[in-house]
Amino acid sequence: MRNVLNHLLRHERRNAWAAFLLAGIVLLVLPFATDALLGRGWVRIMDFALLYMMLALGLNIVVGYAGLLDLGYVAFFAVGAYTYALFGSPQFGLHWPFWAVLPMGALFACIFGVLLGAPTLRLRGDYLAIVTLGFGEIIRIFLNNLNAPVNITNGPQGISQIDPVRFGSFSLGSSHSLAGIVFSPVHLYYYLFLLFTLLVIFVSMRLEKSRIGRAWMAIREDEVAAEAMGINTRNIKLLAFAMGASFGGISGGLFAGFQGFVSPESFSLMESIMILCMVVLGGMGNIGGVILGSVLLVLLPEALRNGAGPVQQALFGKVVVDPEALRMLLFGVALIAVMVLRPAGLWPSAQRRRELVVDDAAIAEQEQETVYDAAK
Amino acid sequence: MTQQNSVLLDLSGVGKHFGGLAALSEVSLHIRRGEIYGLIGPNGAGKTTLFNVITGLYQLDAGNFTFDGARYVRCKPHVLAEAGIARTFQNIRLFANMTALENVMVGRHVCSSSGIWGALLRNAAARAEEHAIAERARELLSYVGIDRPHQTLAKHLSYGEQRRLEIARALATDPKLLALDEPAAGMNATETASLKELLQTIRGSGITVLLIEHDVKLVLGLCDRVAVLDYGKKIAEGVPEEVRRNPAVIVAYLGGDAGEAAA
Ligand SMILES: Nc1ncnc2c1ncn2[C@@H]1O[C@H](COP(=O)(O)OP(=O)(O)OP(=O)(O)O)[C@@H](O)[C@H]1O
Ligand SMILES: [Mg+2]
Repeated sequence: MRNVLNHLLRHERRNAWAAFLLAGIVLLVLPFATDALLGRGWVRIMDFALLYMMLALGLNIVVGYAGLLDLGYVAFFAVGAYTYALFGSPQFGLHWPFWAVLPMGALFACIFGVLLGAPTLRLRGDYLAIVTLGFGEIIRIFLNNLNAPVNITNGPQGISQIDPVRFGSFSLGSSHSLAGIVFSPVHLYYYLFLLFTLLVIFVSMRLEKSRIGRAWMAIREDEVAAEAMGINTRNIKLLAFAMGASFGGISGGLFAGFQGFVSPESFSLMESIMILCMVVLGGMGNIGGVILGSVLLVLLPEALRNGAGPVQQALFGKVVVDPEALRMLLFGVALIAVMVLRPAGLWPSAQRRRELVVDDAAIAEQEQETVYDAAK
Repeated sequence: MTQQNSVLLDLSGVGKHFGGLAALSEVSLHIRRGEIYGLIGPNGAGKTTLFNVITGLYQLDAGNFTFDGARYVRCKPHVLAEAGIARTFQNIRLFANMTALENVMVGRHVCSSSGIWGALLRNAAARAEEHAIAERARELLSYVGIDRPHQTLAKHLSYGEQRRLEIARALATDPKLLALDEPAAGMNATETASLKELLQTIRGSGITVLLIEHDVKLVLGLCDRVAVLDYGKKIAEGVPEEVRRNPAVIVAYLGGDAGEAAA
């Protein structure tokens, strides 16, 4: 498997394009393949995987690139989701179009990102984590309580009957058929999310290899040195918060349209931690790693939920451990294992891998020199 | 004799206190364009503190300084970097998990301007700028004599190379004044000799150098003028020969025999 991958990677442009094309086709037929092979529930799970992927990539900008530990990231997801919900539901009788509401959600999330960023500019590490954690909770509690004296968010009941994503008269909320193939809403959303995820990946890649991306990483590596090199750390950090938050906002808007319902419950601290785990587990700062992390952390629990019961039934004749409890247990064990065995994540950045090779050679060379010097 | 515009950095009555400790007090000195100016003194004399003050890491609490004719009051480090003061650190502060090339490319930050849109659209201007940044960074790496693969992470370079990489990164900002905090620390004799050459080349290219160094031979052999700090005060200043013979300096720092110092 690894060899095949290496082979593909190492070969010429033509092969890269072929691989690209192949990946494209696989992604396009994937929902139908899972329908046929695994069951109808899986497309929905993949939809969520894509949403989480966008979130994880957004958080990756803040945590992975700029090195700012953010434990309240789900707040931006919430801002995007509620923006979409408030402007596209019977709550206020507003039904603004998707193309207006989604960017608005991103913009609001962006503003909240700056609002969170500004007072925390001097904080790092644990302190920043605690403040952002508090921020995430504040947003959730606000959403929970903004139903009195004026009812804005409908409180814990949440907002329902949110408009599905609609392009003109083409609604993703109902099934459509094309050339005899029926596309149900989960399929349609899959393609929409895929599109946005690709966009987010593209943006991440571009940012990573840019002057701004380097400035983020410089701040992550050594803020004092970055400042001394002429980087305006305040602006560059705010930019990281704003960019990361806007990804969260987009993801939130899409989530609201997809679910048709939002409530504060969906935006708990646990979600923030989950997204952070995707980033850390996969490989902080590496887009591929973050994607892998989010896929694994969405799919594995589902596989477990479906698989753990029957397996126990077969082994012990009864269900010994509740699959839900098992999920958290395995999740914890997996996380510890990864941190111990692969501290840089499952898929650390290519640069770091390449470096390991260079490094061994360099160390050997250096040892040779030392031996030589000593012999003299 | 000295014309006003030949002075690049001018400190007058600079003081910096940490609680009751006067790390710098009443320090006045001026550095002329194009010279290599040495700053020596025993441990804890306040040399690094002086660097931190002129690079904006610390705010001074007495006196003031002008750089290139402008006065900088309560300025952030990035403002001073933009103004043309670049520095290295006594305890190397590279971007450890970035490559050697990227480290120097970060140094080009102040000399380039593409923002988010440039990064996303990667239009002709942004591509050209990015190309120029990488090109200049490569030049600087070979200029300071790092012949490792440019993709080597900074943390995997040898000690001497890390010191040189810091110099390359500082040079990338196109500074007027290059402030080096003990660049020869931990280097062997060969490395120090080639560092000396490098500093002379840098000065030859028109960059003024401010050098903190404990290697007295290096300082006296390289610098045009030297100032000596002791307990935060400037106790001597002048051409190396003068300073070397100054009794106060001998007692405080250079140390002759034990007997001479005790006397
Ligand atoms: N941030 C700080 N807080 C408190 N005291 C400080 C701080 N920075 C420096 N000092 C103190 O100021 C004095 C001067 O320190 P500085 O680092 O400038 O000395 P130095 O001349 O660079 O010495 P060395 O040769 O050891 O590098 C020391 O007594 C030091 O403990
Ligand atoms: Mg010092």
